[in-house]
Amino acid sequence: MRNPFRSEEDAFRFVWLTIGYFALIVIGSLIDVWVGLGVFVVETVAIAWWMLMRNDGREAPTRQTPAAGPPDEHRILVVANETVGGAELLGVIRERAGDKTVHVLVVSPALNSPLKHWVSDEDDARSAAQARLDASLGGMRGAGLNAEGEIGDGDPIQAIEDAMRTFRPDELIISTHPAGRSNWLESGVVEKARERFDLPLTHVVVDLDADRH
Amino acid sequence: MSAMDAAHEHHGPPPIHYSSRVSPSVLGMFLFIASEIMLFGSFFTVYFFDRVVNHGVNGHWPPPGLHRPAFVAGINTLILVTSSFTMHWADSSIKRGNRAGLQAGLVLTWLLGLTFLLTQIIEYHRLGFNTSDTSFASTFFGLTGLHGAHVFVGLTILSVMTVRAFRGHFSPEHHHGVEIGGIYWHFVDVMWIVVYVTVYLL
Repeated sequence: MRNPFRSEEDAFRFVWLTIGYFALIVIGSLIDVWVGLGVFVVETVAIAWWMLMRNDGREAPTRQTPAAGPPDEHRILVVANETVGGAELLGVIRERAGDKTVHVLVVSPALNSPLKHWVSDEDDARSAAQARLDASLGGMRGAGLNAEGEIGDGDPIQAIEDAMRTFRPDELIISTHPAGRSNWLESGVVEKARERFDLPLTHVVVDLDADRH
Repeated sequence: MSAMDAAHEHHGPPPIHYSSRVSPSVLGMFLFIASEIMLFGSFFTVYFFDRVVNHGVNGHWPPPGLHRPAFVAGINTLILVTSSFTMHWADSSIKRGNRAGLQAGLVLTWLLGLTFLLTQIIEYHRLGFNTSDTSFASTFFGLTGLHGAHVFVGLTILSVMTVRAFRGHFSPEHHHGVEIGGIYWHFVDVMWIVVYVTVYLL
C-alpha cells in the first residue's frame, strides 16, 4: 500500500479525499442514519478494493541518475546469492565490459527466514552473506576484475535499489540458479526488477553443479 | 599493526545500514503520524463507546441541554481547509524557485491556523458546558482539545519554517523542512475533518 503521507503533495491530495469521503457520509446521514451507514460501508469497501487492485506489485520504474564513474568505465551491479562465482557470470561481465574498464559492485543479499527477519535477528544471515561475498570477490579479483562488494537487504529487489542509490550502475546483472532450483526465479525477482529499474538488465543462469563437473 | 590495534582502529558506531525507499526523515514523520493516528483512535474509541452506551439510555445525542456549535466549527473547518491550500501553495512555490510564494504561503497558513485556534478557544468559552458536566462534554473537550494541541504544535513548526523562509533557507533542491512541515499540517487538517464530522455533525 502506498503511504498517503509520503510527500506533501500526497498528503494534500489525501486531505481532499478525506473531505470527499466524509461529505458523502454526511449527505447520506442527513437523508437517513441507515443511508449514511450504507454510504460509509460502500465507500470503505470500494476504497479497500481499489487499494488492493492497485497494489499489484507494480510501481513506477526507479529513475536512474547517470553513472558516477569516468566515461571509459562500465559500472555493473551484480546481485547474486551463491552463484556469483560461476563461469557464465564472469564471461558475461567480460563481454559486457567490451573495451571499457569494468567496475563491478557485488551485492549479496542477507537472506533470512521471515521469523528471524521480523524479530530483527539478522546476525547469522549477514555473516553468511559476508562469507559468500568474500568468496565471490576473491574469485572476481582473481579473474582480474575490479570488484567491490556489500551485503544487501534480504529482499533482492530492495538490495538492488539500495545499491543503485550509492553505486549508480550502467547495467544490472542478476545471477540465479537454473529454473527449478532458484527461489528468486520462483518469486519473479527478475521480472520485478525489469519493471522497477530503468536500466539494462541481464539475467544470468549459473549452474554450479554443472560447473563443478 | 597488531590484530588488537586493528580491531580498535575504528571508533564510533558501525556504518548506518538502512533499507527503505523512503528517506529517514519522511519515514520518521510517517511513523510519528501513525502513532498520532493511534492516539486519536483511542479518543475516538472512547467517544463512540460513550455515544453508543448513552444513546441507548436516553435516546438523545448529545445529551439534552448541550449544544454543539456546528456552524462556527464549520467556518473553522473552512479556515483549516483553506490553510491546506496555502500550505500546498508554499510547497509548490519553493519547488519552482518562487521564494515570495513560499513566504506568502507560509505566512497565510500560519495566520489561518492561528485564526482557527483562537476561534476554537473563544468557542470553548461560549459553549455553556464544561469538561466535568457529562461524559459527552469530557470526550468533546478531549477530542477537540487534543486536536487543538496539534494545531498549536503545527503553528510552532510553521513559525520555524516561516522564519527560515524569510532568512533565505530552502531552495528548489533543498526544501525538506517545508515538505515535512507540510505533511504534518495536512495531517492535522485530515484529523480535524474526522473530528468535525463525527463530533459536530453526525
